[in-house]
Amino acid sequence: MIRLERVTKMYKTSTRPALDRVSVSVEKGEFVFLIGPSGSGKSTFLRLLLREDVPTRGNIFVSDLNVAKLPRRRVPRLRQRIGCVFQDFRLLPNKTVGGNVAFALEVIGKQASTIRKVVPEVLELVGLEGKAERMPHELSGGEQQRVAIARAFVNRPLVLLADEPTGNLDPDTSQDIMLLLERINRTGTTVVMATHDHSIVDSMRRRVVELDLGQVVRDESRGVYGVGR
Amino acid sequence: MRTDFVAREVLTGLRRNVTMTVAMVLTTAISLGLVGTGLLAVNTIDSTERLYSDRLEVQVSLTQDVSSTDTDCSQPICANLRTTLENSPLVESVDFESQPQAYERFKELFAGQSIAEVVRPQSLPATLRVKLVDQDTGAEAIRQAMADQVGVRNVIDQRDVVAKLFDFLGGVRNVTFALALVQAVAALLLISNTVQVSAYTRRTEVGVMRLVGATRWYTQLPFLIEAVVTGVVGAVLASAGLIAAKFVFIDDLLAGIAQNGVIPPISLLDVVQVSIYLVPIGAAIAAITGYVTLRLYVRL
Repeated sequence: MIRLERVTKMYKTSTRPALDRVSVSVEKGEFVFLIGPSGSGKSTFLRLLLREDVPTRGNIFVSDLNVAKLPRRRVPRLRQRIGCVFQDFRLLPNKTVGGNVAFALEVIGKQASTIRKVVPEVLELVGLEGKAERMPHELSGGEQQRVAIARAFVNRPLVLLADEPTGNLDPDTSQDIMLLLERINRTGTTVVMATHDHSIVDSMRRRVVELDLGQVVRDESRGVYGVGR
Repeated sequence: MRTDFVAREVLTGLRRNVTMTVAMVLTTAISLGLVGTGLLAVNTIDSTERLYSDRLEVQVSLTQDVSSTDTDCSQPICANLRTTLENSPLVESVDFESQPQAYERFKELFAGQSIAEVVRPQSLPATLRVKLVDQDTGAEAIRQAMADQVGVRNVIDQRDVVAKLFDFLGGVRNVTFALALVQAVAALLLISNTVQVSAYTRRTEVGVMRLVGATRWYTQLPFLIEAVVTGVVGAVLASAGLIAAKFVFIDDLLAGIAQNGVIPPISLLDVVQVSIYLVPIGAAIAAITGYVTLRLYVRL
């Protein structure tokens, strides 16, 4: 589903590559933790998958798309196959919960009738049934992140990228979010989650890819956060 | 394309930036108003020129001795001049105005003024009034042909007399176009700035749109339509302003000279025709500026 082949990313402002000959392959339906200290290249990894940036060298494939060589006008097609969740939720403060989720479909031109049907479904999936008319600021952090996940998932992406999705949440709420991501993963969606959260990685026992100074230093199928240190 | 969605985004954008929107509309309106004024000036100059080209003549005035002795252009000097003129392919017709006729006309023109009492028939020359086939090309040739002839005092091209009027109208046109240009630059910068501000205030929306795979058109169209809407509203205001200006002061201003037939009046039709040009001009300028701004300054 995702394949990086000797991917190197240099930024003009730095002499050290942000990613250094990284090769990783993720199968359809896998759940992968991307860990490593700040500056290890996790964000660059995710940005390259989304084609927010292009690699300096190497190839990246997401489903059947060659991301690095994708012409500009086809980038939206890639992004429609990838859902994204962030630490800061990125909800639109002037739209309701339902409006936020619907927005993701409206802007890719989905029919109003489709939107009316699938938005309640996905809100139920993330446990927000009955809260469609609330405004984001009326919700707790955990609930806001659920809205963000609903928005990322509503178009049924093949891949869900999560960049520190529990970074702003307390441990209990974080656990709930992880259960939700697991449920989404069980629908067949590939999940790649960048995180610093030891306890989550340790309790989930999923594949762990560890980056350090832009290189893959560990890739274990049922890993924990701090092995060998 | 979901038109309801785009329309909603445009309305939100215009409402959110209401002060900028108003500034943009007004600047565009003033700029287009000046363009319209310039176009009307050009119109007026053209029709004034047409008006005069039918009436203008070259006047060949005769010397004092010929003027006083020959009252019907029957004597050799005048008759020769007249024949020469009439034989020229440049000339359409030649009329002779004798000294007494000139005196009558002078009294008529300056009736009630003291100069009419002072002047005597002898002080006015007899004149050959020459109507040309083409005023623009013929006048200089006639002047050269006649200037050194015996019996000719001087040659007056009436174009020289009205040149001052055209200079004035041309000046009005140039000044309005110069102002319009300066104002247009301000309008362009303001449109560009407004689009940037608009994109900045909606950066979260735009960020989400990009992330979920909205196409470039979907992300840019609301901003472009916003710009075009303000451009069109500005043009409509400008048109309304021109029409109002016609009735409120242009008509008064030109009333005296237009009634005398010095320059043709500016009709409502003229103003409406110019206004019809302003709307697409406003829309196109706003759209192009918006597009270029989005391409250059805004990452969408």
